[in-house]
Amino acid sequence: MQSTNDKFKVVGTQLSDAEKISKPSLSFWKDVFIRFRKNKLAMFGLVLLAILIFMAIFGPYMTEYDYKTNDLTNKNQPPSAEHWFGTDDLGRDMFTRTWEGARISIFIGVAAALIDLFIGVAWGGIAGYKGGRTDETMMRAADILSGIPYLLLVILLMVVLGQGLGTMILAMTITGWINMSRIVRGQVLMLKSQEYVLASKTLGANTTRIMGKHLIPNSMGPILVTMTLTVPSAIFTEAYLGFLGLGLTPPLASWGTMANDGLPALRYYPWRLFFPAIFICLTIFAFNVVGDGLRDALDPRSRK
Amino acid sequence: MKKRLSIFFSMLLVVSMFLAACGGGGDNADGGGDGGKDVPQELKVNINTEPPSLNPGLAQDSTSGTVLRNIMEGLTRIGQKDEPEAAMAESWEISDDLKTYTFKIRDAQWSNGDPVTAQDFEYAWKWALDPNNQSTYSYQLYYIEGAEAANTGKGSMDDVGVKAIDDKTLEVKLVNPTPYFLELTAFYTYLPVNSKIAQENKDWATDAGDDYTTNGPFHMTEWSHSDKIILEKSDTYWDKDTVKLDSIEMVMINDPNTELSMFDNGELDWAGAPTGALPTDAMQALKDNGTLVTQAIAGVYNYKFNTTVEPLNNENIRKALSHALNREELIANITQGEQLPAMGIVPPTMFPENEKGHFPDNDVEAAKEFLEKGLEELGYEDASELPAIALSYNTSEAHQKIAQAVQDMWSQNLGIEVTLDNAEWNVYLDKLDNMDFQVARLGWLGDFNDAMNFLEMYKDADGGNNQTGWEDPEFQKLLEQSQTETDPDARLQLLKDAEAIFMDAMPVAPIYFYTNNWVQDESLKEVFVSGLGDVQYKWAYFE
Amino acid sequence: MAKYIGKRLLYMIISLWLIVTATFFLMRVAPGNPFASEKKLPPEIEANLQAHYGLDKPWYQQYTDYLVNVVTWDFGPSFKYKSQTVNDLISEGFPVSFLLGMEAIFIAVALGVLFGVIAALKQNKWQDYTTMAIAVLGISVPSFIMASFLQYFLAIKLGVFPVARWESFQHTILPAIALAAGPMAYIARLTRSSMIEVLANDYIKTAKAKGLSSGVITVKHAMRNALLPVVTYLGPLTASILTGSFVIEKIFGIPGLGFHFVTSITNRDYTVIMGVTVFYSIILLVAILLVDIAYGIIDPRIKLAGGKKGE
Repeated sequence: MQSTNDKFKVVGTQLSDAEKISKPSLSFWKDVFIRFRKNKLAMFGLVLLAILIFMAIFGPYMTEYDYKTNDLTNKNQPPSAEHWFGTDDLGRDMFTRTWEGARISIFIGVAAALIDLFIGVAWGGIAGYKGGRTDETMMRAADILSGIPYLLLVILLMVVLGQGLGTMILAMTITGWINMSRIVRGQVLMLKSQEYVLASKTLGANTTRIMGKHLIPNSMGPILVTMTLTVPSAIFTEAYLGFLGLGLTPPLASWGTMANDGLPALRYYPWRLFFPAIFICLTIFAFNVVGDGLRDALDPRSRK
Repeated sequence: MKKRLSIFFSMLLVVSMFLAACGGGGDNADGGGDGGKDVPQELKVNINTEPPSLNPGLAQDSTSGTVLRNIMEGLTRIGQKDEPEAAMAESWEISDDLKTYTFKIRDAQWSNGDPVTAQDFEYAWKWALDPNNQSTYSYQLYYIEGAEAANTGKGSMDDVGVKAIDDKTLEVKLVNPTPYFLELTAFYTYLPVNSKIAQENKDWATDAGDDYTTNGPFHMTEWSHSDKIILEKSDTYWDKDTVKLDSIEMVMINDPNTELSMFDNGELDWAGAPTGALPTDAMQALKDNGTLVTQAIAGVYNYKFNTTVEPLNNENIRKALSHALNREELIANITQGEQLPAMGIVPPTMFPENEKGHFPDNDVEAAKEFLEKGLEELGYEDASELPAIALSYNTSEAHQKIAQAVQDMWSQNLGIEVTLDNAEWNVYLDKLDNMDFQVARLGWLGDFNDAMNFLEMYKDADGGNNQTGWEDPEFQKLLEQSQTETDPDARLQLLKDAEAIFMDAMPVAPIYFYTNNWVQDESLKEVFVSGLGDVQYKWAYFE
Repeated sequence: MAKYIGKRLLYMIISLWLIVTATFFLMRVAPGNPFASEKKLPPEIEANLQAHYGLDKPWYQQYTDYLVNVVTWDFGPSFKYKSQTVNDLISEGFPVSFLLGMEAIFIAVALGVLFGVIAALKQNKWQDYTTMAIAVLGISVPSFIMASFLQYFLAIKLGVFPVARWESFQHTILPAIALAAGPMAYIARLTRSSMIEVLANDYIKTAKAKGLSSGVITVKHAMRNALLPVVTYLGPLTASILTGSFVIEKIFGIPGLGFHFVTSITNRDYTVIMGVTVFYSIILLVAILLVDIAYGIIDPRIKLAGGKKGE
């Protein structure tokens, strides 16, 4: 295969050269970061998230009102110079309450999403990879848990464990991870029979390596999408739990409870629904684009 | 980048268009009725939920009551003057000791042509009292001699004081002179049942059909479970010339916003109480456009104190909490249904002087004095040393709002810290039964129009509906005297004295007396809502 | 295959038994009872009721009674709705929920997949961003808020649809959209993300290099594998949507089955709780089995029936 064509040239034959890294050395995370930064939409999402978190921390102190004092003579006021987001049905300042609520809702959304992520990925990943009886046992256990009436489960949790943040998070995640585990299992089932996984297996890679390097990273798309779905559902589940006496006790605010309270007022005092709802949307939007950006940045194939 | 942002902003725009559209507020009301003489006499109302049972002996809720009241008729019927009138009974005699009633049954027919007989009443009442039939409201019949014993298995059904002397004569013997007995005979547990059919088919009341015979102004022609009930004017009703509506469609919509929206869209002729409910947030708008109708009913919304735990075992603390409430403000801003501030336990429909009540509303000065005294008795220096008081309510938007406002009032006016505690309905009832609460909200709606109904439950500390742990020998004595007192005025005075004792001990902080609020089609006339909040369509018509 | 399905059916029966058992104990341990009400019953009447419904028997006897009920498919009378048995409630409510659910699933899948595919093919173009915006709205606005919005703007403001009730096809449109919005958004996002992943695969590049039209590539090669997570999600989704949604039925006044899932529990209507739980669980377990069978059809390399023998 010798060629005299001068379009070809010898690049080098030294063995040591072949092992040299041609691109500047970058750690994995640095690489991810650089790629993430190039994604403008994702950066925008990140900035948005930063603003939301900043407001959640400092927002409640920006007005002279606190989140709990009633002012019945000023109830249901539309947004104005005094009350930037208007007031609710007990005359409380919606701006203060919105940011007070941001703290709890963002925290709960993220916490629930992370817990669901860890349990769901581990459960679904193991079930899918091991297959056979392990798969049957683990997935049937998930089915049983999702067959039991959730409301009943929650009532009992509250009676047994009492009110509190821990109980609330537990109630939210007790069945929340199931969807994630099913998605991950499906992906793993499909991926594990693909050639590169078989190749890796043949080369002697152990389970952890195959899971960590091949199966999970290649399921990242559906995982992230499912995770961004968990955030809003946790925010609203919190409101639902509150209704059962398990969530926050009033006058504490959260976006979920504010949106719940504001919904019947839609025809009369729309701002009571609008503000919590728009900030939930913005948060989800931010999580979505950041998630997408992260996925792209993590995907080795998008490396150029 | 520009493009991406612009998409994001266009998304924002869509949402804000929603907002802009909301600004208008909705009043494209106006149902049917174009002034013509020949208006269709078809009424469409919402009854909220599926009636759990349309067997008079098994019914125990207001939805079933609403349907039954319009298709069946008892010995008496509450007339448009809000007093019992002759109905299936054309006349009656009362013995001198006021304990024996002899009813003469009118010549009336069931919808299948069978005559209505005295036996139908005896059968129905004894059926409800038979412990094998699982009637939950059978205790409404305990005013009848021997009824309680028979129902609880301690006596024989033959000793129950109701007897059909002949086809048209019914004799009823009572335990005590019961001045409101003729009202009770209009109540649904006292309705007759077509005994011929009921004896043959025990499931006669589970569906509309040939076996579901009625003796009231309307007849049920369709019962589509959880969806709708259709009533049509009954041809066999003795007073059918009075009935003007041709049909009533009762739909089951369990959402106040939807109910009002359907009314605004002309899909319903009535929205709100007594069969449905109006959304609280709509109240102001409905008041502003002048369509809201308000009527006081016999019911009271209470905060019950658990008098067995510190600090609520202290009378002065209880009084402090009760006096520190600004009921007027609560009603004007939160419940918004023009309820009456309650500073007494018996509704003003029975005790007119309770419009003023036993103490002034929002008396913060007095409240502070009571608090001082109470703290001293309990050995505290300052209100801030009191442990936080837990205020319990069952899950509902309205209760939650009131609780938050009360929390704020107690903290602002008295410096008492209050924590809110809500629970799902059944868990909540369980808590109340076990006295596992400090302050708890509970409403009471009268079953019949008498003060006894509002006082009796506090007679014994372990009574099922007391839930405060409070009892008082003097109070008990007055109630017992009233039961045998035959002079109405003396009886009334005894009950008033009892209420005074009760209010002085304040085991309960009454908040407000209930009202019914609704909107109705302008051309709909003469729908009658009684003082107990029961609706009748017998006289209703569209003009 | 037949052997696999047979084995799964056996697992299903075991799962069902465990669900019934867990539900039985949870509902009996939960505070409250079916006869509790604001106006308390005299104790004698309550005791009589307890005896009539067998609630005074020892727990193991009640438990076996329930198991017999499940096996014979006769759940007994409702405690609350005395004119109906649990079987009546299910047979009357389910057809309504089923119809509405099918409509919603159709909307969710058709539009969700369509949007997802478009977004993936036009990644980072305006089509992608528009579907993304719709999806974010769909995901972050829960069905009950969506339902109120639709009802207010399309029924009250514009008068295009009736406000509520279950009478004609017109009446089903708004509730179906409200039910479908969330799943549609999620399906669109799932499809998009796995499509993008699949499109980057070598075999797609090969197909492209071979000169296949992009339509063929999309349908024949890419979509097939990209739909796997959607199918996974569709199993449980179908089960829950077909058995009705409490909030949607409440807001639109629909006489479906979803209502009973919530009210039976708040009423502690034990027989109804058991009936609807068993009914839902059977549908759920069947749906999940179908999903697993579908895996093998989508990708024949997926082997579920215990890996050892085949490989």
